[in-house]
Amino acid sequence: MADTMTSETTAAEAATHAEGHHTSTGISNEKLAMWVFLGSECLLFGGLISTYMFNKGRIGPDDVGPDDVFDIPFTSVSSFVLLMSSLTMVFAVSSIARGDLRGNRIWLATTAALGATFVAGQVYEFTAFYSEGLGFTTNLFGSAFYALTGFHGAHVTIGIIMLMSLYVMSVRGNLGPERAETVEIIGLYWHFVDIVWIVIFTIVYLFPQ
Amino acid sequence: MATVTPDSPDTAHAADEHAHPSNWLYVKVAIYLALLTAFEVFTYFETVHGWGDTAIIIMLVIMMLLKFFLVVAFFMHLKFDSPIFWRLFVFGLILAMAVYMVMLTAFRFW
Amino acid sequence: MTITDRTITAPEETLALPAGPTIAHRPLGVFTRPQGSEGWTSWLFTVDHKRIGIMYGAAALFFFLVGGAEALFIRLQLATPNGSVIGAGTYNGVFTMHGVTMVFLVIMPMAAAFANYLLPLQVGARDVAFPRLNAFSFWCFLAGGLLLTSSVLIGGWFQNAPDGGWFAYAPNTGLLFSPSKGIDFYAVGLQILGVASLVSAINLIVTVLNMRTKGMSFFRMPVLTWMLLITQFLLLFALPVITVALFLLMFDRLWDANFFNVEAGADPLLWQHLFWIFGHPEVYILILPAFGIVSEIIPTFARKPLFGYHFMVASGIAIGFMGWGVWAHHMFTSGVGPLSVAAFSVSTMFIAVPTGVKILNWLATMYRGRLRFTTPMLYAVGVVSMFTIGGLSGVTHSIAPSDTQQTDTYYIVAHFHYVIFGGALLGLFGGFYFWWPKAFGYKLSEAWGKASFWVMLIGFNFTFGPMHILGLQGMSRRIATYRGDEGFAFWNMVATIGAFVIAVGVAMFFWNVYVSTRNWRRAGRPDVGPDPWDARGLEWMTASPVPEHNFDEDIQVDRLDHFWHRKYGVDENHRVVRAAPTSEVAHDGSNTNVHLPSPSYWPIVLGGGILLVGYGIIYNLWLAAAGLVFLVASIYGWILEPADDPDAAGHHDDHDDGDDHGDPDSNGGPSGNGESASAEEPESESAETEEEAATIG
Repeated sequence: MADTMTSETTAAEAATHAEGHHTSTGISNEKLAMWVFLGSECLLFGGLISTYMFNKGRIGPDDVGPDDVFDIPFTSVSSFVLLMSSLTMVFAVSSIARGDLRGNRIWLATTAALGATFVAGQVYEFTAFYSEGLGFTTNLFGSAFYALTGFHGAHVTIGIIMLMSLYVMSVRGNLGPERAETVEIIGLYWHFVDIVWIVIFTIVYLFPQ
Repeated sequence: MATVTPDSPDTAHAADEHAHPSNWLYVKVAIYLALLTAFEVFTYFETVHGWGDTAIIIMLVIMMLLKFFLVVAFFMHLKFDSPIFWRLFVFGLILAMAVYMVMLTAFRFW
Repeated sequence: MTITDRTITAPEETLALPAGPTIAHRPLGVFTRPQGSEGWTSWLFTVDHKRIGIMYGAAALFFFLVGGAEALFIRLQLATPNGSVIGAGTYNGVFTMHGVTMVFLVIMPMAAAFANYLLPLQVGARDVAFPRLNAFSFWCFLAGGLLLTSSVLIGGWFQNAPDGGWFAYAPNTGLLFSPSKGIDFYAVGLQILGVASLVSAINLIVTVLNMRTKGMSFFRMPVLTWMLLITQFLLLFALPVITVALFLLMFDRLWDANFFNVEAGADPLLWQHLFWIFGHPEVYILILPAFGIVSEIIPTFARKPLFGYHFMVASGIAIGFMGWGVWAHHMFTSGVGPLSVAAFSVSTMFIAVPTGVKILNWLATMYRGRLRFTTPMLYAVGVVSMFTIGGLSGVTHSIAPSDTQQTDTYYIVAHFHYVIFGGALLGLFGGFYFWWPKAFGYKLSEAWGKASFWVMLIGFNFTFGPMHILGLQGMSRRIATYRGDEGFAFWNMVATIGAFVIAVGVAMFFWNVYVSTRNWRRAGRPDVGPDPWDARGLEWMTASPVPEHNFDEDIQVDRLDHFWHRKYGVDENHRVVRAAPTSEVAHDGSNTNVHLPSPSYWPIVLGGGILLVGYGIIYNLWLAAAGLVFLVASIYGWILEPADDPDAAGHHDDHDDGDDHGDPDSNGGPSGNGESASAEEPESESAETEEEAATIG
């Protein structure tokens, strides 16, 4: 039957699918859900960032503070890595939309690798700070700093797991162009994690202490 | 949108195609992001030369917002996508900023 | 022509089961989907929004009995001066658990019951947007509820119950002042409940935005749908705030962080701010569903359209917005400073305006209506009157000097019970009576219902009315005893008697359920018909109880109160006349050829995993780690679960007509869009919160 259909019928069908039958707004449920979720996440990270801003100065004069531990060149590099992972994520999305599955896999893997580099940098940073005397329990700055960046790191880690799952799906042939939106939705999450870091990097690391 | 009729790329996607920017645009955005980051880091080391803290904070906030906007608008497609997403996300964002800034104000934080 | 051909066959294709061979792909053999809709196991694995709604309601009623028992313990202890029924330590646990239970495990899930059952019906959808996530929300809620409630029993009677009040002010809830496991149960339990509510909120928001039937524009949605939608948005944005606060508290207690360690320079007001930024929207989360229910009941029994529909919706939205700007009125005496007090005082006065609009609109709806005082209507009128009392005492709190006198007295207790019991709970009970025939196919007894209502209402006023007086006399909240010479004895005794009268009223409700069910069965299960109350919403347009597929065919809505206008018209003298019998308009539920999402094992498995992680965080991190591994494995099980129905969303199967791309290797079967992408969602929501909990330690 599909053979006999003219392109007009297909177009008409596509229209009904998009508007009438599929969803009221024409947007897919999954993508809408992700955006709704990201709206909610704003309040989560907003709370953590405000808690950090509020608490970072509440330390004694001899306590370990931001100036004693921060290594701006190092963090700048890892921030840059995360920023660029957003670019590779965009490439992953556009390659699968074009039907370039191999390209999609390459970019997914690159994004995951960049993300993993960032997390590794964070682990290194935490270890370094700890050896310089800043533990989670040392003072308010320590608690607030580790809580905020740890939450963000956990988000990145979950993102990496999701990207790797996509990669495995792709290798097994389960991630065809018809699932481009799945990649796009994971991409939204990934970009969100990136913009959170844009804010954290500026407010936590770069603001004059 | 993209998921609905993957089997008819010639029709439903026709509207999509021109809405999706090219990879070159993304690269340009990434270059801007990189430059902004470089400037941000630069201000950190310039502090030593005695700019006022307030001036630096204002500059940093502006650059941060620019970066934020670039990623959201281009990488997350909000510029090209349904306005519903834009409203939902911006609502969350503004609400978060509002309540937490009021909270910090109540603490006489500023 | 092919075009006409398609147009004619389209509806059948929409509803028909797939004729072709189903690709039942089982990647690892163990991943099958449960079958069948009979027997008790079908309830465990169901993804049907109606069954999930009923389970929410049943669980809420169970917790209502628990919270009610705790209330009676409180009143017994306070009945006489120097009460010695329970000790002071136990008393702390009892009143804390009473508050936490009633707020998080009774009112919220009761509202969720109505939201789950009614939202899809009222917008004319087959189910919610993500049926499996919906089931997960329920099991996650139940896991959190059981974890919290188990604290009462673990390690002795109320030995490990949360004991810091439902608001758990830190640093009073730090290890120093609250060394038992109670607050850990509180923090972890509320996190789990938060995950459940957040997932549910996202699901329902997407449902309302995306799954509306043809012609159901936003301003044709019933007011209940609107109020529930606003509630979901409030949950969406308020829950992360308390999540932050609870994480900070948990870090402090379990891993020695300093967020509320005053010695290390912390400011104890941080908790209060974060809690009440969540807490005040939470108040509207509790009351708005009841407002929606009342807005459905009153027009039905006044036999008039709701007065000022647009004002009703707008005032709901306004409450939703303004609810974010009043939180510090809970903190007037905490030293937030004169500017904050003044600002929040003014915003609190303003929020009374949209609430007043609602009250006036209900009154105007009833004005000159042909009122039928059925049980649901009695409850609705009860809400209007009792909530007005509570609202007015609330306005007195906005005046800071007056509030300073009332803070932490029984006046506050009286106020919030008038709004939460007299407003929210009475509304929800009215909803039970109103939609009972829709959900179960028979009405509850009107005689028992009315009797139960009056007993509850009288008991309620005798319990909480005197508390206004006690509060103004200066009796403090949260005290376990008072002396005989303080003049509190008389009204306390009255309140205690009132509380037991309420208990009798509640018992009459349960008796009513039993008797009505029995009589209905003895009478041979007569059909109550689709529309027993002559009501207005789309949910009354299908059979009772609602068949699994909701509607026999998609409804084309052409205006507000579509169903009513299909039944009634206006003659030349502008008099309302019957246009068509209900039987002609309503569906009879006979269409059995609708494909529906298959049941799933994973939602309940995931709920179990979360319970494991919860206990693990409190008692042993190795258990938490094991639970986390289990959880992640379950999430992959969820993702890899085959969709052996062509489209899990129960809507049009858009792959039937284009199998050319069909990828036989796909785990999710041919439906790439239905559940496979949504399956990623729990990973970014539930796992996230849990994983964070474990990794940061």
